[in-house]
Amino acid sequence: MLALKEVGKTYPNGVHALERFSAEIAPGEIIAIIGGSGCGKSTLLRAIAGLDHASTGSVTLDNAVITSPHAKIGIIFQEPRLLPWLSVADNIGFGLADLPAEARRARVVAALARVGLADKAAAWPRELSGGQAQRVAIARALVPQPEVLLLDEPFSALDAFTRRDLQDHLLDLWADTRPTLILVTHDVDEAVVLADRVLVMRPRPGRLFEEITINLARPRDRKSELFDTFKRRVLTALDRSLDRSVRDVTDKSSAGEAMWW
Amino acid sequence: MAMTVDVPVLKQTAVPPAAPARSSRYARPVLGLVLPVALALGWELVVSLGYSNGRLVPPPSKVFETIIELAKSGELSRHILATLWRVGAGFALGVVAGTIMGAISGYWDFAKRLLDPTVQALRAIPSLAWVPLFVLWLGIFETSKVALIAVGVFFPIYLGVMGAILSVDRKIVEVGRVFRLSGPAMIRRILLPAVLPAYVVALRVGLGLGWMFVVAAELIGASEGLGYLLLDGQQLGKPAQILAAIVIFAILGKLTDWLIEVAAAPLLRWQDAFGARGGQ
Repeated sequence: MLALKEVGKTYPNGVHALERFSAEIAPGEIIAIIGGSGCGKSTLLRAIAGLDHASTGSVTLDNAVITSPHAKIGIIFQEPRLLPWLSVADNIGFGLADLPAEARRARVVAALARVGLADKAAAWPRELSGGQAQRVAIARALVPQPEVLLLDEPFSALDAFTRRDLQDHLLDLWADTRPTLILVTHDVDEAVVLADRVLVMRPRPGRLFEEITINLARPRDRKSELFDTFKRRVLTALDRSLDRSVRDVTDKSSAGEAMWW
Repeated sequence: MAMTVDVPVLKQTAVPPAAPARSSRYARPVLGLVLPVALALGWELVVSLGYSNGRLVPPPSKVFETIIELAKSGELSRHILATLWRVGAGFALGVVAGTIMGAISGYWDFAKRLLDPTVQALRAIPSLAWVPLFVLWLGIFETSKVALIAVGVFFPIYLGVMGAILSVDRKIVEVGRVFRLSGPAMIRRILLPAVLPAYVVALRVGLGLGWMFVVAAELIGASEGLGYLLLDGQQLGKPAQILAAIVIFAILGKLTDWLIEVAAAPLLRWQDAFGARGGQ
């Protein structure tokens, strides 16, 4: 269980990026965090990753307080951030340095095959397309088998087709070990296609605005009417989150409830 | 590369990068030779046709003759070895000192604020201004010459290493943090490979300065070395000997620079740079 308790962040320059964000996230759950720019979504993700300290509140994973990067928490950034001097295989095995060579080799080979890049093992990162590079980044993050995988707008730099392809691929990989996924995105479609719950944030300072449960069976049909309904719902929440006249409430809602718009 | 994780190389079914066409492989260096060879042949022709007596600017054949004579008498190898030893020792000292100081200043902010202003102030002094002091302190023999070369080599290495460390991509360092690398592991697995390309450039610049300073050092007072050949040629009015020494300087400088380039090439194959566009 990943617990965020009143997490707040004020940067040294005085910017109040995040305020009293609380959420409990069950193992294996997929959470999408969505919101306008400056709503603190990346700040929140970095606090969960242990890359930045929260100014107030706490992040705990199975009762262990997270203050620095943790073995059970992996992260995928917006850019692949592959190490250009390592081959694709070496990049994927980067986090496995503690393993004996044979075990590492086996894990890397399996991961390469799993993301469909077995033929690129010896390639340099510069020889990969954007989508392939992000696949390698996903494999690198998943290969140490984290319990929580954080994704910071992982597909936003990719074209629409590659993005869709990788979203499906991510779900496929998630099904292997079912880690908790927390995905920061600004793509409503992506949030609805992937997440069990969408957390809508509002900016200045970043706060949780509304929580929308997406109880749609997987695989989700992007063209179905129900899918559209959920998308509209998230969009409406986003619009309301930017409207300063709307009071700051945390609505819990699910598909069965009355459609208030 | 020492810092790679030992990972399998699967059979690569991807198309290997096309081998450069045979013609371009040889044509490129040849193209670079066209201009100097044409100039040399032109001058040779001018002198042999009697348009110039070639006394102050001897034709290539005369320079070549001088080199052969010096080589036959064993003089040439003695001078070359003396100069090579000085450059080698000065370069080694400068590289070691520059690398250590640059690494400390780049990695540790406190050290940078403490050391860098002083180093930069020293760098502003024209290095030849040290000569009288070095001669007083270290004598007129080898030590002062090596010290002068080391000073020349030190600054580009120091600046190169410090700048390279400071400009390592924060995002890449963060990858190391995510995988919880310890301090030494971060240096070995992230910082070292990241600064390597800039370091190789710094080494080459440093070596170039080493060759520059060895001439200065040998002009000051030496009884052997290529710089001595230059001075001797001037004082005894032997322009062919001066040109011979210059040609040998050029060859040695190019050769040693090429050695660094070749030694570093396997470590830098990963680079995705404009300069690598025709390579591999």
